[in-house]
Amino acid sequence: MSTAQDRKNLKPKDYKSEIKPIWCPGCGHFSVLSAITKALAHLGLAKEQVALISGIGCSSRIPAYVDTYGFHGVHGRALAVASGLKAARPDLTVLTAGGDGDGFSIGGNHFLHACRRNMDLTYIAMDNEVYGMTKGQASPTTAPDWSHSKLTPHGTGIRRFQPAAIALASGASFIARGFSGDPSGLARLVVEAIQHPGFSFVHVLSPCPTFRPEQRAWKQQVHPCDLETTDNPIDAAHAIQSDDGRSLGIFYIESLPVWRSEKAAQRSLSRIEQEFLV
Amino acid sequence: MNHSYFTPHENAVSITITGSGGSGAVTAGLVLLESVARAGLYGLMGRSVGPQIRGGESAAMVRFSSQPVDCPGDRFDLLVALDWRNVLRFVDEIPLDERSLIIADPAAGDAPEALTQSGAQLLTLPIKEIASGVKGGRINMVALGAVGAVCALPPDAMTESAAHTLAPKGDAVVAAATECILKGYDSVAEGRSFAAAPRPERARARWNISGNEASGLGALRGGVRFVAAYPITPATEILEWLAPRLEQLDGTLLQAEDELASVNMIIGASFGGVPALTTTSGPGLSLMMEGLGLAVASEIPAVVVNVMRGGPSTGIPTKSEQADLNIAIYGFHGDAPHLVLAPLSITDCIATTQWGVGLAERLQTVAIVLTDQSLGQARAVIDPPEMPLFTLSRQLADQPTDPYLRYRVTAEAVSPVTAPGTADGIYTGDGLEHNERGAPSSIAADHLAQLEKRQRKLEGFDYGKRWAEIEGEGDICLLTWGSSAGVVFEAANRLRAQGQTVRVLAVRLLAPLRTQILREAIGTAQRVLVVEQNHQAQFFHYLNAQQALPPSAESYARPGPLPIRPGEIVDLVQQGGDV
Ligand SMILES: Cc1ncc(C[n+]2csc(CCOP(=O)(O)OP(=O)(O)O)c2C)c(N)n1
Ligand code: SF4
Repeated sequence: MSTAQDRKNLKPKDYKSEIKPIWCPGCGHFSVLSAITKALAHLGLAKEQVALISGIGCSSRIPAYVDTYGFHGVHGRALAVASGLKAARPDLTVLTAGGDGDGFSIGGNHFLHACRRNMDLTYIAMDNEVYGMTKGQASPTTAPDWSHSKLTPHGTGIRRFQPAAIALASGASFIARGFSGDPSGLARLVVEAIQHPGFSFVHVLSPCPTFRPEQRAWKQQVHPCDLETTDNPIDAAHAIQSDDGRSLGIFYIESLPVWRSEKAAQRSLSRIEQEFLV
Repeated sequence: MNHSYFTPHENAVSITITGSGGSGAVTAGLVLLESVARAGLYGLMGRSVGPQIRGGESAAMVRFSSQPVDCPGDRFDLLVALDWRNVLRFVDEIPLDERSLIIADPAAGDAPEALTQSGAQLLTLPIKEIASGVKGGRINMVALGAVGAVCALPPDAMTESAAHTLAPKGDAVVAAATECILKGYDSVAEGRSFAAAPRPERARARWNISGNEASGLGALRGGVRFVAAYPITPATEILEWLAPRLEQLDGTLLQAEDELASVNMIIGASFGGVPALTTTSGPGLSLMMEGLGLAVASEIPAVVVNVMRGGPSTGIPTKSEQADLNIAIYGFHGDAPHLVLAPLSITDCIATTQWGVGLAERLQTVAIVLTDQSLGQARAVIDPPEMPLFTLSRQLADQPTDPYLRYRVTAEAVSPVTAPGTADGIYTGDGLEHNERGAPSSIAADHLAQLEKRQRKLEGFDYGKRWAEIEGEGDICLLTWGSSAGVVFEAANRLRAQGQTVRVLAVRLLAPLRTQILREAIGTAQRVLVVEQNHQAQFFHYLNAQQALPPSAESYARPGPLPIRPGEIVDLVQQGGDV
């Protein structure tokens, strides 16, 4: 077990594993990785007390690149794995990461219920408005008129999924948006998210230059959100709904009851077994 | 198995109590079962309900004997009708004959012809009138008293059982029930009791437990301390039983949003080092398959108790069938070795679930435990089961080697595993193929090494004698699995009583199949008959695919919802090789 002193000396690079990412050059996910390791170093968390859980996608490859415990599961189920882990091991700091397809399409139901359950988890959704790993299909956050996928050559024609609005409506108690082009700002959000007791949702704009080269312009489009962080869901809803989807910052922090495993007066199993006796 | 399945046909009595919603048929059945225990006997209670969620008709079916009871009988000795409304729904399930007795109240109308044409005798009693003579009196308790008299059960055993069962409803209810039972008892004239009823014995300690409770207990005995839950008939009672007990054992039950979540939640908890289990039935198992494949590949222990019901799709949720064998064995994509186990009785739900947990933990794999509605939702009076001496648990590497190779190929093919919190044991669990270090790899040699390791750790393990229950020697070999075992053991005993030599082979460990030992156990039997409760002969085809059967082996596969009865098997064997 590392001592607190050892941990103080840990640098962000000490939280990186020796495995080289498979990501394309210029992929936004590199900076999310940096932001996470910066946040862990800032908090001085013991590596063995942290677990990073993901699903499937380019973004979901991230656990192998971080030198903490990790689990790379199946597509869409990261939040379920993370919830089981946190419920069984409340002593751990549990982070979850993955893409917009992973979290909002195939894993959409888990997203709703993880927000509602308000476990002390941090969820970092790396949104590039496309399915990167499967080579460029529309995701739930893709604009309806984006016509560059063979599956939807006329665009999807359907409204975009609004991650922050849905998180708010579903009961998440911490909602923020960051940008991978600003890893220091993102690291600060991740630090706050980890420190927040309850479910923290960090929506990260993380460009896919390979399938969405136009996202390079995000750098110019992002801006700080106009409103102060609020604990009032109505104000937060207003800020999120009137937003252009490119504003950055923490929209909402509320202190809500955090899920915990209930305990009763303890009994031994042999005592419990007595109840079957006639 | 430490109790014999020997249940002489003549020494068992089968009773059904039927009634429409609110008549209390099931409560009467529960009290009757406990009375049997207090009388020093053994019993089994199944129930049948209509499709309504609440308040529909129901039938309690109790069979008792001086020997353990592990299956329904061929026929019913006694039918007690609390009323006749909708009783016809159960006609198929309650075979009567001219030796049967029907107890009913003329005030409830005439017995339907579909029942009386069996030739059963009718005993009329003024049940309603007796009940109305007792303040707060109820017909189900009067009827129960009459059952006690006909079956020569001691009145004390009945009133004590009623007092125990009804205690939560208050003293007045208990007092009324007691009076009704005694009056019902006295309403049956002397000499009307069954001549051959098993006689009460000196009472000994017994357990009264359902199959679903037994599976829950097996999980706890196996060390499970995390359960993810999504309700489904007929598995929900396992979760309901576990929820408060896990709280008492410093464990956790987490209700999931669906089975995709529940299976992944147990993977998360188990990755955290806590033995974890979920329960479901067919539709839920279908949803879990991808997650179970992840547990196989990432070598995270995970256990699913699948309580089978009639399928496919929503099928017949409240009735039993052994039709999920194929999905349990073959439902994974890729080459995914794992364990499939099936308890052979309600009692065995305890040990086999515990064994499943232990093996999954020890071998870092998935165990699917196949019980079914006929075990799960039935209750039995059994001998208190001993704690089996398993020493199966996850072998955590507290001080892993440097560098730590999570997926190292070892001599016994079980890789060193750590749990988060272990400083030198950091790794990333992965369903993506990986090398020994755990880094993603699509290199042929890595894939082969990991495939081979995951197969070898299961194939090479010494499962001991528990893989099957083998009884008798003979020219006839009856092969079966899971809940059908009870019926087959009883049929074999009857055949033996008729001078046939019969061997029974009831398989508990379905995957990996102990093919070689199974072949040896079949030996040179002249006739091999494979018995199971499904339409497609899933077990028979599986055994054939494994080349475990001689070419002449015959299949007896019959779907639910009606239970297979021992007489069916006896008849088949007696008919000769023409099945
Ligand atoms: C059950 C299942 N369906 C489909 C896939 C194929 N698949 C892999 S990743 C992916 C989408 C990835 O997109 P996203 O989550 O947005 O992550 P990104 O690659 O863009 O980072 C899909 C559809 C899969 N692995 N599993
Ligand atoms: S495809 Fe897109 S998301 Fe995937 S690694 Fe390349 S740039 Fe990143």
